[in-house]
Amino acid sequence: MAALQELVNHYNHWIAVFLMVAGLYVVVARGNMVKKLVGLSLFQTSVYLIYLTPGKIIGGTAPILSDEFTVYSNPLPHVLILTAIVVGIATIALGLALVVRINEAFGSIEEDEIFEKDVEA
Amino acid sequence: MIVDNLPALQVIVPLLGAILCVLVRRGWLAWFIALVVSWIVPLIAVALILQVLDGGVISYAMGGWAPPVGIEYRVDLLSAFVLLLISMVGAVMLPYANLSVESEISDGKRAWFYALYLLCMTGMLGISITGDAFNAFVFLEVSSLSTYAMIALGKDRRALLAAYQYLIMGTIGATFYVIAIGILYTMTGTLNMVDMSGRLGDVATVRPLFAALAFLTVGISLKFALFPLHSWLPNAYAYAPTFATAFLASTATKAAVYLILRFFFSVYGVALVFGIHPISEMLIALSLMAMFGASIVAVYQDNIKRMLAYSSVAQIGYITLGFGLANVPGLTGGVVHLANHAVTKGALFLAVGGIVYRMGAAHLDDFKGIGKKMPLTMAGFTIAGLSIIGVPGTAGFISKWYLAIAALEHGWGWLVMLLVLSSLISVIYIGRVVEVAYFREPEGKVMNATEMPLSMLIPAWVMILATIYFGIETSWTAGIASQIATDLLAGVQ
Amino acid sequence: MKFDTILRIGTKLFLPFILVFALYVQFHGDYGPGGGFQAGVIAAAMVIFYAITFGLEAAKQAMPPLVLEVLIGLGVFLYTGVGIVAMLKGGEFLNYSALKHDPVHGQHLGILLVELGVLITVFATMTAIFYAFVGRGR
Repeated sequence: MAALQELVNHYNHWIAVFLMVAGLYVVVARGNMVKKLVGLSLFQTSVYLIYLTPGKIIGGTAPILSDEFTVYSNPLPHVLILTAIVVGIATIALGLALVVRINEAFGSIEEDEIFEKDVEA
Repeated sequence: MIVDNLPALQVIVPLLGAILCVLVRRGWLAWFIALVVSWIVPLIAVALILQVLDGGVISYAMGGWAPPVGIEYRVDLLSAFVLLLISMVGAVMLPYANLSVESEISDGKRAWFYALYLLCMTGMLGISITGDAFNAFVFLEVSSLSTYAMIALGKDRRALLAAYQYLIMGTIGATFYVIAIGILYTMTGTLNMVDMSGRLGDVATVRPLFAALAFLTVGISLKFALFPLHSWLPNAYAYAPTFATAFLASTATKAAVYLILRFFFSVYGVALVFGIHPISEMLIALSLMAMFGASIVAVYQDNIKRMLAYSSVAQIGYITLGFGLANVPGLTGGVVHLANHAVTKGALFLAVGGIVYRMGAAHLDDFKGIGKKMPLTMAGFTIAGLSIIGVPGTAGFISKWYLAIAALEHGWGWLVMLLVLSSLISVIYIGRVVEVAYFREPEGKVMNATEMPLSMLIPAWVMILATIYFGIETSWTAGIASQIATDLLAGVQ
Repeated sequence: MKFDTILRIGTKLFLPFILVFALYVQFHGDYGPGGGFQAGVIAAAMVIFYAITFGLEAAKQAMPPLVLEVLIGLGVFLYTGVGIVAMLKGGEFLNYSALKHDPVHGQHLGILLVELGVLITVFATMTAIFYAFVGRGR
């Protein structure tokens, strides 16, 4: 029972780990370049959860100073993740732009088809 | 006032340069801005290293927020060494860029290319100077994202594929790094590296720390292409614009290597990293696989840029071998090889870049008899090649010498034999090119080839002379490297 | 789209409110949740909305790509510029307290300008990304 309780108490980490592995699996297993990027995005996003959950303090409010509250959540993880999100957007935008260019140059976004064409070239 | 703000200026100057490049939109003007910036940046780096040698560690509080709360820029000898290395390489190579980039990148994109180059520079300098673990991630991505875009600007359509593959691998690496920082932050409650290393001792359960270490090692290893994680590198270097290849081969992996050094030796400390799990043995095994595997693959490459890229993977093996040995000469060898490999590989790629400029490609067939048509370029290639092999009197020899001493200090004679053996493989791949260049008769396109223009020849030869200079006079490289190694192993903050 | 009166009028009605909301998020960032990133994306959504209804050409007339490219640089320039001015006034890079004699006023001014820089760059970058993708394959 104690072990089960342990599992349930850390549900946030289980979700994060599941999303992370799912994302990584998609990146490795799919040959479609857009799907790969979707997986990559999922993988990155799961990491945000790892940061955000320890930042929440139970009973704490948004970290804006006020006389009514004494307990605040930790704002630092949110700031870090805001930065990480921006990095993520830039990465995905660049990745998609590359896929568009690859589609124009090779006429396909399936990795195996492209590698076949590459041998001919 | 300027002296106080040097650590910030080190990063801001190239950033401002990048913005100016975007705003002016003219290729030659952007090149000129990049040139000026590339010559200012090493001056700052020299001033910083002199300050560090004189008065110890410099700490700079970004935005006036005192560390460990604010972001700290922290320059110790290792940082200053890497800063100087990266900025010097940029300063020497930039005059070369104008013609080389003009021949490979269309007019409208040239200003953007220089902006990307300067952003990449910003990122790498930032990684080396920051004392904040998360800030290092941001700079890592600034440099990586600009690198992907630079590679994609290559002429060959396969450059796009290479950039895409690098983007996937690089992002996985960076995300692993973020996971590691997340765990470390949860365990210690701080992001400042010095503060973090102080608090690691108080952590009750060490298992998460090792999970973080594993993520960290794999993530950063992806970025600097340690052997089984190197698959992105050969294509990226082979199809990128030649100037980008030369610059990245000399610097990009070095900044990532710096980061792993920082975490292994400054944050975790030798005892925690090497004392409990067999990380040292693993690093040595992977390094040996890199030295042999990548070198053997390099022998079979006909595209010379690709061959040199595989050689880079092998050379990274030497650097990590030094870390794995984890004693003073080993670490000295690893750190000094950062500089020596940067100079040597830079020289090789600049020489090959000259041939690409004249011939349009760097296939082995393009080298037939080129020793007669481009004597200076090929002579330079040969000298730098000798440095890759590790012939005494060149920079490469110094690194291997220290590594051999380190191996002997452990009593591992077999490792010295393997070092010599791996050097023999590099004799084969360099020798192949030299043989074709000097002992075949020129034919076809080669008949019309002439020496590369002076603005390209001079930077290439500066690099080549540097490989000889650092092979003879070692106080700036090996002298500082051994001091860094001593400090790192002693855990000096 | 020419005869779709409801869509066209509806879009035109919406646009100013989107911009005002963006500016609200921007300036409210001083006192509560909000700031340049979010405001920039909302403002970019305005242009994207316009482009969806009236077509890419109309959007490019209203917000030319050339202007966007300049804005991308300008926003970052404003950000670093504030930092450098702080440096010139004797503080560290981005130390807003040095901007004015009273540190509190300095912090206010600094964060306002820096967030403005973020707004400009994020807005321009997001719109430029949209243009780049939509403009392909025509």
